[in-house]
Amino acid sequence: MSRESFPQIVTANALIEGDVVYLTEAHGWTRELSEALVLTNPTDAELALAEGDAQVAQVVGCYLANVRLTASGPQPVHFREDFRRRGPSNYAHGKQAEGSAHTPADTPADTPTAAKAISAA
Amino acid sequence: MYVYDDFDTEFLAERNRQFRAQVERRINGSLTEDEFKPLRLMNGLYLQLHAYMLRVAIPYGTLNPHQMRKLAEVADRWDKGYGHFTTRQNIQFNWPKLADVPDIMDSLAEAGIHAIQTSGNTIRNVTSDHFAAAAADEIADPRPVAELIRQWSTDHPEFQFLPRKFKVAVTGSEIDRAVTKAHDIGLRMVRRDGEAGFEVIVGGGLGRTPMIGKVLREFLPVADLLPYLEAIVSTYNLLGRRDNKFKARIKITVHENGIERIRELVEARFIDNRPKFDAEATEAQLARIEAMFQAPDLPAACDLPYQAAYAADPAFRAWADTNLHPHRNPDYAIVTISLKAHGATPGDATSDQMRLIADLAEAYGHSEIRISHEQNVILPHIARADLPALYKALRVQGLAVANVGLISDIIACPGMDYCALATARSIPVAQEIATHFDALKLEHDIGPLKIKISGCINACGHHHVGHIGILGLDRAGVENYQITLGGDGSEDAVLGTRTGPGFAYDQIVPAIERIIRAYLAQRLSPAETFLAAYKRLGLAPFKAALYDQEGADAA
Repeated sequence: MSRESFPQIVTANALIEGDVVYLTEAHGWTRELSEALVLTNPTDAELALAEGDAQVAQVVGCYLANVRLTASGPQPVHFREDFRRRGPSNYAHGKQAEGSAHTPADTPADTPTAAKAISAA
Repeated sequence: MYVYDDFDTEFLAERNRQFRAQVERRINGSLTEDEFKPLRLMNGLYLQLHAYMLRVAIPYGTLNPHQMRKLAEVADRWDKGYGHFTTRQNIQFNWPKLADVPDIMDSLAEAGIHAIQTSGNTIRNVTSDHFAAAAADEIADPRPVAELIRQWSTDHPEFQFLPRKFKVAVTGSEIDRAVTKAHDIGLRMVRRDGEAGFEVIVGGGLGRTPMIGKVLREFLPVADLLPYLEAIVSTYNLLGRRDNKFKARIKITVHENGIERIRELVEARFIDNRPKFDAEATEAQLARIEAMFQAPDLPAACDLPYQAAYAADPAFRAWADTNLHPHRNPDYAIVTISLKAHGATPGDATSDQMRLIADLAEAYGHSEIRISHEQNVILPHIARADLPALYKALRVQGLAVANVGLISDIIACPGMDYCALATARSIPVAQEIATHFDALKLEHDIGPLKIKISGCINACGHHHVGHIGILGLDRAGVENYQITLGGDGSEDAVLGTRTGPGFAYDQIVPAIERIIRAYLAQRLSPAETFLAAYKRLGLAPFKAALYDQEGADAA
């Protein structure tokens, strides 16, 4: 069965803070998916992954994740990556609280309404 | 409760010094993540989706107010002002930073709390009955034995690298509130000819391959407990599979070798082990521990204030009807404080709530606090006369929700909102079920019902033993929820049966409502619980309600 092939980004968790980071074109790390280096070629992706893996003093658990390219930058293909770039759905914690996600940070997220709003996003 | 002696205090301080040095070496690059990971896991530190997570043990679910305030302090100083009580009597902090964790450990140690062996392939936190020493149905307090097992298993040199994790639960009552049959080892206290001992159950577990535990020994005298436990774990350590993580738990070892073969090996090993244990020293240690678990003096108390409030205040009456359990002393009650307010995250408590619980335990509860595997808090010894005042005080922090044992008292794992292993979310499903049935005002009419939700096949939410179990999966990149019915985590433990195809995220609450409506329509009377009705009716009517209705809607 053929699978749709997607562009990819290198993602990991920061060693000290533990939060989600993405490899950038400048060989550093960003907390913003929109600033991630997008790899359209599998060979480049493997090389970038190896580069991320080598940065053991900065990050933990590098892997490649699929993205879709849109006018507003790369968007996660899988819902797990969508949660990682946003934060949990029960509280406005994580990236959504730091103003770097696409969900309003001031949503009182410990209400089911907020849970619905986020799940519908 | 157990009070640390100099040995315990120094052991914990040394362990924390070691961990501080390990964290420093990881940060300065001397340790790789592969080298560091097993070390942090031994100390309860995970790396989850959005952050590190620190799992702190609450041995056999017992806390004192000082410890509860310490958890609140950690939540405020190093986390986001709350903690999450888990299905194995631990508390998880979801947002610590790696560099802060050694300070957190030292701070916890000031109150005699630690995170040792809350993860990794070791013997985990020993869990027990949250009503221990208070329930009217109890033979004896199981916690001294649980503490003895904690001391034996902590840093046990032979058992730090088992094939997989290993979970032990102990109950002192015929009524099983500790899910002993879903543990690697379950110990159920029994008496034979006046002598106290244990029925030893082995090879239970949920997860990928759920199994109800099997009886390995019908009666084990208390004096033989440690050599016998050591015989079981060392037999498993040699025989358990290390070639396949999914077949490494003792439930598979028992399943593949048969209970008879395991019994032969364990009994042989036990005979070999027994002389190596100093039975007198163990007995003396157990006696020393038991002395620390002396039940509080419970003076006789007139319950007129309770009777008056019960007659006058319908809200208090509703709370008393659901959240109280009979105490062995009829002047007292066991109070369950629900951490399941409708729409809240099951098992979460804010630091303010923790401090209030600590204050109330001191004011009314002989300074005893328990955490249940059902993710609620228990004050085990409350004079009935004090119940109206306690209820009023609990309301201030939203802690007087009258729903214990009802449809909104849901067990839910953190799911994909936090957990790196999860395949779907659990928390929002629990929130929506709770608010939906609250809005319908059906909760009290439905009556006793246990819904348990897991966000992956590992089953931390115990879905297999939920009367209604919900399992969240990833089906081709979309969250999908399977339903099981008829599970039971009690002494009559049974695994639920899958109803059929799963439901999408936005269809799972309507699906649960169809099951509930089928139950309400077909029960013999309000006295027939959901589980009793399911046992009488079987799966068919619920399956019809779930799928025929869905077909009709689609048509």
